[in-house]
Amino acid sequence: MRLLFREALLSFRRAPVLSGLSITTIAFSLFTIGLFGLVAINLQQALQGLEERVEVVAFIMRGTPAETIAQASEDIASFPEVQAVNYVTEEQALARARRELVEFRDAYRDLQVNPLPPSLELRLKPGYRDAAHVGDVAERLKGFSFIEDVRYGRDWIQRLDHLRNLTGILGLVIGLVFAAVAMVIIGVTIRLTLLQRAREIHIMRLVGATNWFIRGPFLLEGALKGLLGGLLAVALCYGGYLLFRQNTASFNGIIFFQPFQAATIVGFGVLMGFAGSLLSVGRHLRHMGGRADRRAA
Amino acid sequence: MIRLSHVNKSYPNGAVALKDVSFHVARGEFVFLTGHSGAGKSTLLKLLYAEQRPTSGEVRVSGHVVSALRGDAVARLRRRLGIIFQDFRLLEDRTAAENIAFALEVTGARRDTIAARASRVLAQVGLASKSRAYPRELSGGEQQRVALARALVNDPAILLADEPTGNLDERATRGVFQLLRDINAGGTVVVMATHDLDLIRQSTYRTVEMRDGSVVYDSAEEARAAGGR
Repeated sequence: MRLLFREALLSFRRAPVLSGLSITTIAFSLFTIGLFGLVAINLQQALQGLEERVEVVAFIMRGTPAETIAQASEDIASFPEVQAVNYVTEEQALARARRELVEFRDAYRDLQVNPLPPSLELRLKPGYRDAAHVGDVAERLKGFSFIEDVRYGRDWIQRLDHLRNLTGILGLVIGLVFAAVAMVIIGVTIRLTLLQRAREIHIMRLVGATNWFIRGPFLLEGALKGLLGGLLAVALCYGGYLLFRQNTASFNGIIFFQPFQAATIVGFGVLMGFAGSLLSVGRHLRHMGGRADRRAA
Repeated sequence: MIRLSHVNKSYPNGAVALKDVSFHVARGEFVFLTGHSGAGKSTLLKLLYAEQRPTSGEVRVSGHVVSALRGDAVARLRRRLGIIFQDFRLLEDRTAAENIAFALEVTGARRDTIAARASRVLAQVGLASKSRAYPRELSGGEQQRVALARALVNDPAILLADEPTGNLDERATRGVFQLLRDINAGGTVVVMATHDLDLIRQSTYRTVEMRDGSVVYDSAEEARAAGGR
């Protein structure tokens, strides 16, 4: 075990430039993924803020008895999608209109009759705030005989849905592309190390080292480079986050990764480093065996 | 210890390296493998340490069918063999003692025994005082002795030497050859590929000559034939 670590660390000392280069490339690949991740989690956060405002309003026919409304409110509140039901009387609706619609204040003040109907305002639980669920709830509300009309800003909810899906897909695609690029880079740098150490590997094989023994230090080296690259990437992301926050006062609400998200980036680096080395070393060792056969020809 | 039966080796490009080679090396023997460049000496040695596989025929070393070994079994076979080359194949960034220790470490030797074992074999090849020297600080003969010490450190039953004196002057050649004789006297089988006819003439060891991939002369066969006459 000690030898494994020593051999893996020795390669950093023997080829500092190459090692530095591979760590930097890994870091930049993960940094790009990280930046995208930051945008994604902030967008997600913003979407959550918007979604919380998703509301379904059911207008009630005038003259509906209060008991009927109270009974229906309880039924509606027990819908699986519904978080809260708020009954707004005609008077409350008018008071709110006078308060919020300042430019029409005079018009509302001079009214002889209240033109605003009473309504039930519904807020949906998180996870049910997409177009499909909202539409579904609206349909069920229309089933109540005393409900005249249901409003829920269909277009707005659909646009929100599209934006969220697009963010998710774009994040996944870009993330995967960068992951593939980073893995190829790790594989190439490990391959360069392998070529640099071909003589050593040849001697290891000659004196009877097993293939796993030869692979071990390279796999550890790849994983360590991934670890360092991942840590560097998180540090760079944090630097970028601070810089962005300092320079844009209007985006004060932006957030950084949770510890487990940062750990995921680092873990992803380790995994990529390990996988990149495994592919590269496996191919190289097979190639060395085959080459010995051809070289003698 | 070593038995080759009707061994053929050819390459995908059609080149033929060995043609129907059969011979047997008994316990304790010292065998010279001789012939021009390209005669098949190195290929034959590579088959013995499983660096290459025969196209047909069987290669047996210490009772194992080498041609059938795969993966870690090859590694285990090589731990019972010592192998040296014309170009020494030492690690330039490690001292003589570290080169030997490396061979022990990578085969999983116990850490507390490594230094002592490295010192013992360095003393055996007469380089106790150069254990801390790097290969570039050593003469060719000394480097070959370090390689020999590395080959001996696992107490091999068989030592394979591919032109071990090819890069050495006459004096160094004599020194290395004497070491090989001593090792053989201790019971280790030595198979040495060489061009050096002087060395062959100086000794009475068995000589197997190869030409174009075939064995064309074997002094043991000749002796047997003479004995039977």
